[in-house]
Amino acid sequence: MIYQSDVPSMTDLARTPSFSAYVRRDVLLAYRRLGDTVAPLIFFSMVCALVPLGLSPDPQRLSEIAPGIMWIMALLATLLSIERIFAFDFEDGSLEQLLIAPQLIALPILAKIVAHWLVTGLPLTLLSPLLGMTLSLPTSAYPAMLLSLAIGSAYLSAVGAVGASLTVSLGRGGLLLPLLVVPLYMPIMIFGTATVFYAVDGLHWSGPLAAMGAMLCAAVALCPLAAAAALRVTSA
Amino acid sequence: MCMDVPVPQDYLLSSEELCFERDDRRVFEGINLRLKAGEMALIEGPNGCGKTTLMRLLATLLSPTSGALHYRGEPLEKVRYEYLADLLYIGHQSAVKLALSPEENLAWMAASEGIRDPESVRAALRSMGLGAVYDLPCHQLSAGQVRRVALARLVLTRAKLWLLDEPLTALDTEGIGLITGRLQGHLDSGGAIVLISHQDLAIGAVRKYDLSKRCA
Repeated sequence: MIYQSDVPSMTDLARTPSFSAYVRRDVLLAYRRLGDTVAPLIFFSMVCALVPLGLSPDPQRLSEIAPGIMWIMALLATLLSIERIFAFDFEDGSLEQLLIAPQLIALPILAKIVAHWLVTGLPLTLLSPLLGMTLSLPTSAYPAMLLSLAIGSAYLSAVGAVGASLTVSLGRGGLLLPLLVVPLYMPIMIFGTATVFYAVDGLHWSGPLAAMGAMLCAAVALCPLAAAAALRVTSA
Repeated sequence: MCMDVPVPQDYLLSSEELCFERDDRRVFEGINLRLKAGEMALIEGPNGCGKTTLMRLLATLLSPTSGALHYRGEPLEKVRYEYLADLLYIGHQSAVKLALSPEENLAWMAASEGIRDPESVRAALRSMGLGAVYDLPCHQLSAGQVRRVALARLVLTRAKLWLLDEPLTALDTEGIGLITGRLQGHLDSGGAIVLISHQDLAIGAVRKYDLSKRCA
């Protein structure tokens, strides 16, 4: 329901849980469903381990495709898990309670995005050096890979939340969510792989990384608002 | 669209010619709800006549096709946050996380109203007969116990207006007794309740609204 109304008062805001409380809650819930949470990470690792077997164990050839493979896998791992950012809350009624809380709901949505990144993007980033090794990524490219994955996966979570908010009422297992968000993932992937490729080739890679940072800033500012507006419509 | 008739201030919640259509099908029309402090509105009607839809309208989760809602005589759009701060809505999905314990669930629900006192959360659970299972994950509890976790909010809340959508589902006789007592206590202390129930409750000051005559 869209009301043109004033903003909540400070007393209303003080009553509602803090930003960090929302983050802690979602991380705790993810921890209680550990199996679901680590599945995308295992998927990510397994596919990266399959590449040398399926393509070629030649380090030269592997290092040429490693950045692309890792980024595609990071993207797929996010797609596997992003649906859950609102799906459970939609099913058990928590989402309704969130929507009628006397507060600006973009804030808890941003908290959910942060929590999603903490349990998906961050572990994925920390896991990436190990997979870089299986893909013979040159050691000099590790800092670029870590930074680009950290920033990029946060962007994936933020933009994915908008897609998830649009499809939350359609039930699980739909292909609509990937269709919606993959086009929006393309720019960050281009810059993400470029960052790592530059590092592999020994070039300065701060340029594409800065572009990714800018995209992340825009996503963090806009996506919670877009998701909030979408949730009001779709979960009605 | 109804005319902007002034609504008396002494109604806590009122609706004027509320009408809702979904996909060009009229779910109900002409709902004139009048609710004062200390009163309960009981919404009745057969399955599928739009009771839950009406409840979701009152909770501002849906917006009416036409008609207006007033809170304390003010149009709801103007006092939205004030209204939401005074509101407690428990729907069919009771917002209980099965992965969390009753204590964690209730502590979160209480925190969303600004109540951050662990002892009062425990006390509320005990009063709902959940003292022995407060730290078990909710997926190990029965449906009735999960309901009790959700309804334990009624013990803690400071909300003035309660919107309860079939709160008694899955409850045993003792549980129904507990809730009835709590509802009566809320009305006695000047609160108001909108309730959907297929059971007759032993509660005074009830206005009944039969939706079966209102739906198309």
